[in-house]
Amino acid sequence: MKVKAKFFAAMREALDRTEMEIELPSGATVQQLVNLIAEQYPVLRSYLDSTLVAVNRKYALPQTELHDGDEVAFVPPVGGG
Amino acid sequence: MKLFEITTEKLSVDEVVARLADPAIGAISVFVGVVRGDTEGRKVRYLEYEAYPEMAEGMLRQIGDEIQARWKTIHKVSIVHRVGRLEVGEISVVIALSAAHRPELFDALHYAIDRLKEIVPIWKKEVWTDGSEWRSER
Repeated sequence: MKVKAKFFAAMREALDRTEMEIELPSGATVQQLVNLIAEQYPVLRSYLDSTLVAVNRKYALPQTELHDGDEVAFVPPVGGG
Repeated sequence: MKLFEITTEKLSVDEVVARLADPAIGAISVFVGVVRGDTEGRKVRYLEYEAYPEMAEGMLRQIGDEIQARWKTIHKVSIVHRVGRLEVGEISVVIALSAAHRPELFDALHYAIDRLKEIVPIWKKEVWTDGSEWRSER
């Protein structure tokens, strides 16, 4: 299955991309996606510990199961206001 | 008219307050966030705000729902946040709450700005004369 990963702020700049499609085994969880990202994109590793993940625009847990076509956003510490 | 919005347009306090217009209300509390010209002694040239707008608007709406669940007298909530390049002195966010009477408006307003800084996917880059950094209170 494929999910669409989105990146913002410092992570977007480090990666120099706003989004990408990622192929995952069916039934993969948020944690498995995070592990894959850490492995394939070393430049993002330092951000991942402090980053939350949103699936289809809602905050998700590491054990949340992903589905084909999901929009998965990496949310580094926010700073609105 | 949207009550919860991420926009690149300049913000006007009057325009946001007008979104709450209703003969049933007797009071409005407003928080206005403004771009400060220095942080920890460094001079800020400008701020660059970025949002995940589709999610951010949903989270702003969630804050409104949380407020109305907790403080039953709050009639309406509107939160509008600007993104893009903002100069010192410009308005970054306007939060406005309405009610028939004033007692709960201040607590609810305080909650709204704290919650915004905690959960809404908006990021702020400070650009100084000698560098820049993405900043968070989290």
